[in-house]
Amino acid sequence: MMKSKIECRKIKKGIVSLLFLGVFVVAMALALQSCNQKAKAAVKDKPISDLSIYNLPSKWTNQNGQSIEMKDLKGKVLVMVMIYTSCKAACPRLVADMRNIEQRLPENIKDDVQLVLVSIAPEVDTPKRLKTFAVENKMDSNQWFFLRSTEENTREFAAVLAVNYKKIAPLEFSHSNIISVFNADGELVYQQEGLGVNSDPTIAKITEEAQKLN
Amino acid sequence: MLQRKVVLFSFLLGIGTSLWAQQTPMVSIKRGTYVPLYGTTDRKPVAIAVFEMDVYPVTNAQYLAFLKKYPEYSRSKMKGIFADKSYLSHWESDFNYGKNNLDNAPVTNVSWFAAKKYCECQGKRLPTMDEWEYVAMADEKRIDARTKEAFNRYIMSWYEKPKTFANPIGQTFKNYWGVYDMHGLVWEWTADFNSIFLSGESRKDKDTDKNLFCGSGSVNATDLMNYAAFMRYAFRGSLKAKYTTRNLGFRCAKDKVALVKPIQNLR
Repeated sequence: MMKSKIECRKIKKGIVSLLFLGVFVVAMALALQSCNQKAKAAVKDKPISDLSIYNLPSKWTNQNGQSIEMKDLKGKVLVMVMIYTSCKAACPRLVADMRNIEQRLPENIKDDVQLVLVSIAPEVDTPKRLKTFAVENKMDSNQWFFLRSTEENTREFAAVLAVNYKKIAPLEFSHSNIISVFNADGELVYQQEGLGVNSDPTIAKITEEAQKLN
Repeated sequence: MLQRKVVLFSFLLGIGTSLWAQQTPMVSIKRGTYVPLYGTTDRKPVAIAVFEMDVYPVTNAQYLAFLKKYPEYSRSKMKGIFADKSYLSHWESDFNYGKNNLDNAPVTNVSWFAAKKYCECQGKRLPTMDEWEYVAMADEKRIDARTKEAFNRYIMSWYEKPKTFANPIGQTFKNYWGVYDMHGLVWEWTADFNSIFLSGESRKDKDTDKNLFCGSGSVNATDLMNYAAFMRYAFRGSLKAKYTTRNLGFRCAKDKVALVKPIQNLR
């Protein structure tokens, strides 16, 4: 009896320590697994950062009538400007600045860059009109997006870009001349302010951000 | 025992909060026209359609009630793109404005994004700058008191007073429309605050930099003597949507919907 009791205890101890060991192993395995999963997730589907424009829920329509959200552009370096197509003063020069930037980008990064023109006059700049404008200005390849949304979403987007604008006559707006560069995570990394300024730093920044992707 | 006390306390706090957090009453603002300080190229009067305006700015207690419903806008959860680091920094914690802030003091240190979201969640919106200025030009008796010296003196004397943001709402004068605190308490966000074009150097002969802003040279102050309004425009012009400061709060407005009563009856 005594012997068997002692053995019983031993066995019990053994079982308990085995259990502990088992729990420990399982826990370790789980921890490792979750680490692995996290690492994979970080590469595949990195969470949207606090400062990213992908946090904006607004919906937009492009020049081809397709509906998009900002986060659909995730993974590309974005070069953005706000314009309106009936503008006769600064916008043609801003548009020229954008085209100039595009032309001077190194060939090997062009696929990683999206150039986006956002309309501040959504009621007149219909997708059809934006398309015509794109074709007229030879900006109709896949690299170019012309976007419009509601007045409210446009006002909010301008707020994010620190672009000011005001309607000063029926087809005339006063607006800031700012070209903004966003990295692939949607974070603002550079702004070129003014008209006809030297675009070298802008191009350098775009190139730097795009090369991080390769 | 302690638990009971805690429960009782939070229950009372809850009641207190909900009492303070009642929706702000609104008044109807009749349609009209006014010539803004900075307006259109032709300097014609701007038409203001009929709308409704909150009688008071939004308070700490009301904002807390909003945060409890939308915790993603609480201090620790707020995304950096929507508000800078000083967002609600004078509060004690995420869901507590602390003893140093009155329930019925205007909430400040809120960004434009936060203010906009708050109003949307009440079924309202931020007033436009023109709507805000239109209401703000009224004194106790007149719709437009901008040429009255005493009125301008009152506003200017407020600009010199420190820390009025800590005062409760509703202690300044009730204007022609029945609206309080347009002057004398805090500065307020407007929906289109980012439609102003002033360069940092306002003493230059041209008050804007033509190279930075398209079409800017054509809009000038209609009334350079209106220094009080100029201060407001200059302040707005210096803001970015994610900025938060201690003396900047907000109130909400709403389109005036015809046939309000039948809609209420349906509910």
